[in-house]
Amino acid sequence: MVQKLDVLAESASQTGGPYVHIGLIPSFAGLEGMYPEDLGKRAIEEGAQGQVITITGSVFDGTGWALRDALIESWQPDAQGRFPGQPGADPKVNGFCRFAADGQSGEYTLRTVKPGRVPLRGGGLQAPHVSLWIVARGINVGLQTRLYFEDEDNSADPLLARIEQRQRVQTLIAKRFGDGQYRFDIRLQGEGETVFLDI
Amino acid sequence: MTMPADATGADAGPLIPRNRAVHPVACDIDYKTSVARSPALPLLSMESTPSEETGPVFGHDTLGALDNNLILNWTKGAAPAVGERILMHGRVLDELGRPVPHTLVEIWQANAGGRYRHVKDTYFAPLDPNFGGCGRTITDAQGHYQFLTIRPGAYPWPNRANDWRPMHIHVSVFGHSFGQRLITQMYFEGDPLIPLCPIANTIKDRASLDRLVAPLDMAHARPLDFLAYKFDIVLRGRRQTMFENRPEGM
Ligand SMILES: [Fe+3]
Repeated sequence: MVQKLDVLAESASQTGGPYVHIGLIPSFAGLEGMYPEDLGKRAIEEGAQGQVITITGSVFDGTGWALRDALIESWQPDAQGRFPGQPGADPKVNGFCRFAADGQSGEYTLRTVKPGRVPLRGGGLQAPHVSLWIVARGINVGLQTRLYFEDEDNSADPLLARIEQRQRVQTLIAKRFGDGQYRFDIRLQGEGETVFLDI
Repeated sequence: MTMPADATGADAGPLIPRNRAVHPVACDIDYKTSVARSPALPLLSMESTPSEETGPVFGHDTLGALDNNLILNWTKGAAPAVGERILMHGRVLDELGRPVPHTLVEIWQANAGGRYRHVKDTYFAPLDPNFGGCGRTITDAQGHYQFLTIRPGAYPWPNRANDWRPMHIHVSVFGHSFGQRLITQMYFEGDPLIPLCPIANTIKDRASLDRLVAPLDMAHARPLDFLAYKFDIVLRGRRQTMFENRPEGM
C-alpha cells in the first residue's frame, strides 16, 4: 500500500444538449425577459482600441452539414495582448463573447477587435489568436480550439509549431475576405477536420 | 514574464492536464448524434498558456435577486412554478480540494412534466406558464452555491426507439480560467433511468458517473417546504509554480 493522494477527480462533462441556449443565451431560445441582457452578448464595447473585425463561419459535422444548434464561446486579450482584469487592459474589451449558429443558415458571427500577441511563461510570444469553446447536442466534452489570422505572422507560434501534419495548421487560420472581414469554419470530423486542443 | 496571480491571490501555475478517462468518450454509437459530431483525430496536447489560464469574471452586479430561484424567476415572483420543490446546493472545488469562490454557475432544465421552454421541444407534456427553466448564481467565498427549483421530469427523446432522459439539471461552470470551462448534468439519487440513458453512459468510468448523481440531503431539506439535493462540482486545478524558474532546456 502507499499513501493516499489527496486530490479530487474533475466532474465529468456531459453534452449541453439541444436546449443549451436556454441556459446560456436565453433570449436566443425564446426566453426574452429572463435576464435584462444575455451574458457575453458583446466581445467589445464601442471605443475599444485596435482594429474592429468581424468573423463569420459555420460548424460542420462529419457529413458536411452545418450545425444549426452549435453554441460558441470566445476568449481573447485586447489589441495590446492584455486580458481583461490585467493591469492596463482596455476597459472596452470584454474579451468574452457567446454566440450561436443561426437556426436557419447555421452561420455564426463574432464582432471583436484583433487581439495582440501574448507572452508565454517560458518566454516567446504567441501569435494573435482567439480561443474558442464549442458545445452542442452530440458534443460530449466541449471542444477547445483557436482562431489565428492569415494576415498575421504565425511562424513563431508555439502551438501551431506543434502540429505535425503541416497542412492541418490551415484549419486554425481565419481567411481574410475584406477589410476587417474574416471567415473561419470549424469542421468537427472528416476531411479538413479542425485541430482541437487538450490544453 | 511574471504570470498574474489568480483570483484567490495564489501564484497559480499551469492548469493540471485533463484526465480524459473521467470524461465521456467523444463518439458513442448509442448516442447517435455524437457519431458525426466527434473529432476522429487526436486532440493536440500542450501545456496551458495565458489564453487558457485567464478567464472572464462576472460580478454580483450581473445578477438579479431571483436569478437562482427558478420557482419564481420566470414570473418575477408573481406565481410559483408547478412541481416538487427542491433545493439544489453544493460547492465548486478544484482538483486540489480548494473552493472556487466567486464563479458563475448557470443551470437549465425541463419543467415538472419533462418539457423545455424551447421552440424545438415538441414533447406533448404541457408548458408551465410559471416556469422558464434557467437560473444562475455566483459561488460565495467558500465556493458554495444554491438554487431553489422544481424537480424536472424525465422525458423521451428521439435516439433509439424508446430512449428517455433521466431527471437531470444541466449545469455550466466557469471557474477562473477559460480552460476550466465545464458543462455537465446533475442526476438524482435513485432514478432507475440513469443506467438506461445513452448520454449518461457516454461516461465509461462508473465512479465518474456516480459523482454526477446528487444524493437526497434531508439535513438541508426544509420541513413543509422543499427537499434538498447536494451536488458538488470539481473543476481542473492549477499546479503550484515553486521550482519552476529553471532556464529553458535544463
Ligand atoms: Fe436535458
